[in-house]
Order: sequence, then structure tokens, then C-alpha cells
Amino acid sequence: MKTISMFVLMCLAAGLAKADWLQFRGPNAAAVSTEAKVPAAEVKIAWTADLPGRGLSAPIVVGDKVFVTCASGPGQETLHVFCFNAADGSKRWERAMRSTGRTMTHPKTSVAAPTPCSDGDRVFALYSSNDLFAFDLEGNLLWLRGLTFDYANASNSLGMSQSPVVVDGTLVVQSENDSESFAAGLDVATGRNKWKMDRPKAANWSSATVWKGAVALQSSKGILAVEPATGKTVWDYSDGASTIPSSVVTGEALYAVSHGITALVPEKGSVTQIWRNEKLNPGTASPLVLGEYIYVVNGAGVVIKASLKNGDELWKLRLKGPFSGSPVAAGKHIYAVNERGIFQVIDPEAPEGKVTQEIELKETVLTTPAISGGAIYVRTDSKLWKLQ
Amino acid sequence: MKSPVLVLLACAAVSLHAAENLSKPIEALRAVQKEGLGNEAAGKAWQEIVKADAANLPKVLKGMNGANPLAENWLRAAVGVIADEALKAKKLPVEALVAFLKDTQNSPGARVVAFDLIHGADLKLAEDLTPTLLEDPSSDLRRHPVAKLIEAGNAALEKKDKDAAIVAFGKGLGGARDEDQIKELAKKLRDLGQKVDLPKHFGFLMNWKMIAAFSNADRGGFDTVYPPEKELKFDATYEGKVKPAKWVDFTSADEYGKIDFNKPFGMEKSVVGYAATDFFSTEDRTAEIRIGCKNGWKVWLNGELLFARDEYHRGAKLDQYKLPCQLKKGKNTLLVKCCQNEQTENWTTEWEFQLRVCDATGTAILAAK
Repeated sequence: MKTISMFVLMCLAAGLAKADWLQFRGPNAAAVSTEAKVPAAEVKIAWTADLPGRGLSAPIVVGDKVFVTCASGPGQETLHVFCFNAADGSKRWERAMRSTGRTMTHPKTSVAAPTPCSDGDRVFALYSSNDLFAFDLEGNLLWLRGLTFDYANASNSLGMSQSPVVVDGTLVVQSENDSESFAAGLDVATGRNKWKMDRPKAANWSSATVWKGAVALQSSKGILAVEPATGKTVWDYSDGASTIPSSVVTGEALYAVSHGITALVPEKGSVTQIWRNEKLNPGTASPLVLGEYIYVVNGAGVVIKASLKNGDELWKLRLKGPFSGSPVAAGKHIYAVNERGIFQVIDPEAPEGKVTQEIELKETVLTTPAISGGAIYVRTDSKLWKLQ
Repeated sequence: MKSPVLVLLACAAVSLHAAENLSKPIEALRAVQKEGLGNEAAGKAWQEIVKADAANLPKVLKGMNGANPLAENWLRAAVGVIADEALKAKKLPVEALVAFLKDTQNSPGARVVAFDLIHGADLKLAEDLTPTLLEDPSSDLRRHPVAKLIEAGNAALEKKDKDAAIVAFGKGLGGARDEDQIKELAKKLRDLGQKVDLPKHFGFLMNWKMIAAFSNADRGGFDTVYPPEKELKFDATYEGKVKPAKWVDFTSADEYGKIDFNKPFGMEKSVVGYAATDFFSTEDRTAEIRIGCKNGWKVWLNGELLFARDEYHRGAKLDQYKLPCQLKKGKNTLLVKCCQNEQTENWTTEWEFQLRVCDATGTAILAAK
């Protein structure tokens, strides 16, 4: 019996030795690596891989493959999906497609802004032009959609960046904008609509999270949780939410970027508010929960640590900002990269928090890192970086 | 010993069989429609096509001719996979790709793919072909020779050869269709004392009759049918939001053809204005109306609504929206509805649009009179 238990434990441990990072902010969109292996205390640049175009999308990691999107050309009309070997950054495959929707964006952002996602077998790449491609892990095209080709007013002249999520055979995409605003659940095998719903007619750059099997769609109106397969409402929080930083979930609660941060526990179709702290105001970066604390990076580049139980602030630490990308964490460290490309490692357990390492990537970074295999992946407009 | 004729016939039969084998899967890709219709069949067909020999690349590229943009992407991806393998094996059919490129009856999108493949395999050959693309039906392909002419002009300037620079930049401007290259060339030529008529180059419509201001309170004016949508009577007076609304003549002085309602009507908020003009075409033809506008807008051509967009103050740019249309020989009447909303931020004062008439390459179609 003891032998079997030990065996099971060892298998579990081995299974968590390396975990994929399958979407924006990784496992559960919580931005925390679930691996036992953590990056080194002092990371170094392991390799870089050149990219031909701009992008704000985060990399994702499936097994030994790192996927990243970018857009090139005078109007960013060429849409790229790259697959690199995690070990050495060599290119496995690349696909280059052409936008069928509108490629106008604010100069700061890019057509390759939404982060791709994967169900472990397929990679789904969405762009601000509302082009959506599904590949298997070897680069075979499975299906594609042009969501602005389909729905002609579904676009935002400032650009769109909502990242899709995939749950139990359904890919959920949000194309929320001032005009033809919608969310849809697509069949992962064919790309056909399983459901489509109108969404608030307002520009929205936040991304969905998944909480207890329901997809939580965030907008200026609040957060609507739906069954992924049907789009049926599970619960509805309608007290408003942010249209830029996305909310974060744990097993126990959803921490909504709403009136600062509002901790919610949805149950049996309704939503209970546990606490609210209006002074916890994320800037562009989405908040992070690590252990018993929530971390918010405000618009001034200050990270605030607060209690998960009641939202009370514990300390503030000024980082070198500003930040467009969101922080991520592994083990006992938080990793954040500012817009000027200064990669910062934070020890949140130090009494007032402490930056323990900085690496200057010397390029603009507007995106969120990914963590897998004890390594951190960051992309800039010209490169994909591995830090280990 | 086998008859050479028999061998040749056998090879031809295999080739024909292989080509025919691709016809059905190519048709499956071409058949994809909106909302993922046809994706299942296309996915299977794609798997067949990517196994094809590199010699079939022109056939797969031809599949892009007349295909919708979704189908083009399916085919583009297939070409990419076949070409990757061909490049590794040094079996890319470069001659056939050049022939495909040179045949301007092939679709611009497919020819761009062909050129990119040639460029990847034989840079010198691509450079030799580049000057032939200056008047190409594809605006993407024109970028290459225009870029070379900008380089040539800059090189001439460094040698203080002003005349050669003017020739190079002037030739470049003649072929240029993308805003970034046009802007650069216009500045270079003007710095050299040359006149550049940007409105003519782009095909902006500069002369309009305008009327305002009707109400757009709560943004409801966007869908309200005000009198100009029912009749174009330029001596009429209508009840406006605050005061009577009358038509006025307006000629843009902006070289990017900005039609600015603030100028005749003041910087109003929550209002609707209309602009009308006639465009005389020399023939019945397909064209594009290209509009840039950061207000809510609608465009009608000859009484038919081409498109409507209810987005406010998210930005405007040249060719922001491309509206395919059919011009008739003679008079074509354009009506633009331009809606200003209630926002008061200093970046929301614009109440304007720019509109040009061109073909699919972005070449201006100039009015007959």
C-alpha cells in the first residue's frame, strides 16, 4: 500500500515537473506557474529567436513547443504564427496568412495583440483583424475564420486584444467593440459557431477567465459567466468592470477588476461579494494572486500587496514602470517586464517586497511573460526571449 | 526496351492524374464560406493538397484566382507548406512561378505569394523582376520597385545629382499607391522644388454640398432618417437641431481631402451633417469608395446604402474603410452622413471625413468632368 501511495505521489510530482502554459496568463489565467520546477534564483538569457513583425500577444507553451504570433507588412496585414523549440529557440514551423479584416490599430498596439491559446492538441491564434486560425501542433491548418469578414462591423479602429479561451471542446472568442459587439463559442474541431451572443456595444480589451467550468466574460457592464458549450448564463455580476486589465480567479473566488478589486463568490446563479477595496486600482496590467495575497500593479508602476481575505493592503513597492504587460509568478517570485524592456524579479515575501534581479532586454515589451519548464518566455516586437 | 512514347504518355497520365487529383481538394478550399461553412471539407482537402509535389505550386496558386479571402488563406497556407518542403529539397519550380507572376490575369494575392517565393529562392532574380512591377495591378508588388526608386533618388541626392533624384522620385510617385511611400516621395519632391498634386494622385473628392446640423442626441441621429436621405434638394431649408439647416457649398483646401463640417457649421456636439456630390464616370465599372472617418457615418451611392459604421472617435486614417461599388457611366451621386457625438475630450472635436474613388489597386479614378 505504501509502495502504491509513494508511486502515485511520484507520478503526481513528475506530472507537475513541467506544466504547459496554454493561454494568456497561463493555467486558469491565474498567471502562476503550477510546476514544481521554478526558474533559477538568478535567471539569464538562454536564447532569442527573431520575429519578422510586431506583436503584443504573449507566447504560449505546449510541451516542448513555444508558439507566438506577430504581424508584419506596412499595414500589418501579414499574420504569422510561429512554433519554436523550447530547448534552443530553433524554428519548427511558421505559417503566414493575410488579414481579411481591418488592421488599423493605435500605434502602440498591434494586429497581433490577442494571445493564442491551446487545448493541448491544437493552437488557436486570433488577431485584432478578427482573423482566427486553428492549427495542430505540427502546423497543419485545421480551420480558419474571418470574424470581420463574417460580421462586417465587428472591429475597433484602436485595435482589439481580447484573448480567446478554450474549455472542453469550445473555443470562446470575444469581439467586443462600439459597433457589432459579440462573443461566440466555436467548435474546436471545425470553427463553426456553437453559439453567438450580442455583447455590450463598447470597446473592450480585457480577456475572459474560466471559473468552475464557466467562462467569465468581462466588460464595462460587469462579468457574465456562461456555459462554454451553450453560452447559457450561469451567473451575472452587473456592477461594472474594467475594459483593460482582466480579473483573476482562484479555487475559492474571482477577484474582479471592478471598483478597484472586488472579491466575488458566485454560487447557485447569484454572486456574493466578499470584499471590495477601491484603492487597489490596476493600471494596464492584470492582477495576480500568489498564495494568500493579491498583487496589483497600478498605473504608476507601483505593486501593491493585499490580503486575499479582506483586500487590506500590506505594502507597496515602486517598480521601474510603466507596464503594459501583466506580472506572472512561479514558486516564490513574481516576474514583470516594463515597457522599456526591464525584466524585474520580485520577492514578495520580503517585508516590504524587494526587486532581487533586473535584466535589461533593451527593447519595448508590451506583453505578459509565459512560464514553463522552469523558464520564462517574453516577446518583444523583434524577438522571442527565453530566460532561465 | 520500353517505347519512349509509352513512357512519355505514362508520365503525362500520372501528371494529369495528379493535377486532377488536386482539382477537387482545391475546389473544396475555394468553397469555404462565412461562419466556417465548408471548414470540415476544407480541413481534409488541405491535408491532401499539402502532400502535392512542388511542380503543382502554380496550380494551387491558380486556385486563389477569384477565391474569397478565406479560401485564399487556406490556399496560401497550403502553398506555404509545399514551398517549405520544396525549398529544403531545392526543388522550387522557380521558372513556373515567374511565369505565374508575369501573368497579370492571376489574382494580385496569388502573385504576391509567387513573388515572395521567388524572392526566398533567388534574390537576384526577384530584384531583376522588381522594376517590371511599377505599374502592377497589385499595390503590394508595386512597393518593391517604388522602394528601389526611393533608394535611387536618395543615392542621386548624395551625389548632388538633383535632376536624377527628381526623375527617380517622380517615377516612384507615379507608381506608388501606399500612403507611407506617397508621403515620403511627395516630401522629397517638394523639397526639390517640384509640385505634387496629392488630391489628384489619391482621387479625393474635394467639392461637396453640405448641410447641418440635425440632432444626434443620445446618438439617435445615426439611425434617424433626416430629409437629405429622402431627397437631395439643394435649395431646401429644413428644421435643424437648433436652427434651420441649409445646403452650403464646400471645397476642401486640405491636400488629404478632409471635408470638415466644423468649418461651415461650427464645432457642434451631438449633431448630424450630410455631404453630397456627383461623380462622373467615363464608363460603367467596378470601383472602390475609400473613406476615412472617426465619426459615425453612412455612405450611399446612387441611393443605395454602401455601408454604415457607428463607431466614434477611435481614430481615422486614409483608406480606413474600402467599399466595393459599381459606378455607372455618367453621373453617380454620393451622399455621406457624418455624425458627431456628445464626447467633450479635446480629441473628439473632429467632425469630418475624407473620401476617394479608386480602383482595387488604389489608383485614383478621376471624374470625367
